[in-house]
Amino acid sequence: METKEMRAAYTETLVALGEKNTHIVVLEADLMSCTGTAAFKKVYPDRFINVGIAEANMIGIAAGLSSLGKIPFAASFGCFASRRVFDQFFLSANYARLNVKLVGTDPGVTAAFNGGTHMPFEDLALMRVVPKLTIIEPSDPHSCAALVQAAAELYGCVYIRIPRKAVPYLYPSNETFKFGKAKLLKSGKDACFIALGSLMVNEALKAREILAAQGIDAGVLDVLTLKPIDREAILEQAATVKCLVSVENHQINGGLGSAVAELLAEEGFRGKFARIGIRDEFGEVGTQDYLTKRFGLDAETLAAQVKKLLS
Amino acid sequence: MDKERLAFLKSKALEIRKLTIEEIGTLGTGHIGGAMSIVELLALLYFHRMHIDPQQPRMADRDQLVVSKGHAGPAVYATLALKGYFPKDWLSTLNTGGTKLPSHCDRNLTPGIDMTTGSLGQGFSAALGIALGLRMDKVSATVYTIIGDGESDEGQVWEAALFAGSQGLSNLIAFTDYNKQQLDGYTKDIINLDDLDAKWNAFGWYTQRVDGHDIAALDEAIEKAVGQGKKPAMIIMDTIKGRGCSFAEGIQNNHSMAFNLEKAKEAIAALEASASQG
Repeated sequence: METKEMRAAYTETLVALGEKNTHIVVLEADLMSCTGTAAFKKVYPDRFINVGIAEANMIGIAAGLSSLGKIPFAASFGCFASRRVFDQFFLSANYARLNVKLVGTDPGVTAAFNGGTHMPFEDLALMRVVPKLTIIEPSDPHSCAALVQAAAELYGCVYIRIPRKAVPYLYPSNETFKFGKAKLLKSGKDACFIALGSLMVNEALKAREILAAQGIDAGVLDVLTLKPIDREAILEQAATVKCLVSVENHQINGGLGSAVAELLAEEGFRGKFARIGIRDEFGEVGTQDYLTKRFGLDAETLAAQVKKLLS
Repeated sequence: MDKERLAFLKSKALEIRKLTIEEIGTLGTGHIGGAMSIVELLALLYFHRMHIDPQQPRMADRDQLVVSKGHAGPAVYATLALKGYFPKDWLSTLNTGGTKLPSHCDRNLTPGIDMTTGSLGQGFSAALGIALGLRMDKVSATVYTIIGDGESDEGQVWEAALFAGSQGLSNLIAFTDYNKQQLDGYTKDIINLDDLDAKWNAFGWYTQRVDGHDIAALDEAIEKAVGQGKKPAMIIMDTIKGRGCSFAEGIQNNHSMAFNLEKAKEAIAALEASASQG
């Protein structure tokens, strides 16, 4: 399976955008070597700012730059991009109606060897309560490139959740993506995984295979945009299949599972629905594979959940 | 600065002070202390130093002011009204539902406000961003910003201080409103800022200390800050919290006070009487 580093998809997109649009500026808080934006610095040193290990100041600087019409992309590990600078991002960027793109890398268990201190299971919950904010979690390198470009073209703040590591391609290079639009990667008659992010979409695809071997037909809806969520796509699945399972590399409270549950409840859904995600736990250290199983995000757990709902 | 200009600016400061007291008195409560302590600076910036046009509040090459101590909004609004950004009768709408003049500065509501502030420390970083962006674009405007002494407790202020010093952001001129008081008491008793001049010097800023109620001294300090052209500038203003508002000046617990229009008018009358005595 062909793969590509998501950080490469992110940085290459910024470099390409930067050539056409001189308003694009990139900010880092001493993590350019991790997020890959050192490549942007190399081409556009005058539009690259490393603020040092000072995330709060980075967000304020980004807000000030955007008030002049610049389009700042600021990045940090997701734990710092959300928890550490929540007030700065909320007020200086969002409340001030400015145009700051904030990238949180290493979502959930992909933080792996950095461990529990660096493992954001709550960034989406925090971001979802910020009015007007767009929240995306691309699932492959092509969707990452397309949605980062869309973020640059939209006036308004965007939170972009991406792993740094290599992930499989799921879409052809000419696939088009829009904010607020999910993609039905695989349709199924019996069940649908409503999945967010590369790790969970891929686990859901594996779970689909496990279930297929047992005669159960499960689809996979790639959410891509958490806010605004694609109501129509989710409700269509709710009307089609026998059970729905939301799957997220994040705690079940406040993120995708909550968003889907709120939608289904308000729309009077009376069918079967379960949430897969972290249940009231902090993160911990380990390999990504270990942690995926440890927190019940793996394909086997997903498949078992569907079987339980259908039984 | 010649005598005539100084007298003009003093008269503007008097008007700003009177309008601010009336504005808060009309509402019945507000941040009087830290509004009064920056009045001379506001008069100097808006009526003498800043390249601005009230008819084009977002003019690209304007000088900008970020009032990071956003709770001083009422004094800024009085200044902007006096300068002609909006009608003076807006001042009577302070903090009432649907107003364009909220307690803390909001760039989207009030013509002439350059940055939304209120969560202390944040405006200071935004001012750095504006200064950096103007430098990138080779626009020769100056960015002014005002922080409070209490605000200087915030870690973000010192993140920004390190960055601006390291970047040599010489188009940034900052002021500390050193009125020695914060919400809960005297700064020396809460978090002692001690030798503030030495701190800013150590962070790589061109640091000066002046009487913040002396317009000529402030102007001279800004002139020197502009002239040095290498470092960001910090002008520490020794000020008196509540300055010029008879019932608020220099007392404890004057950060936010409740007072009615009648009391406001007494304070305004006292100000006028003292001004006429020279």
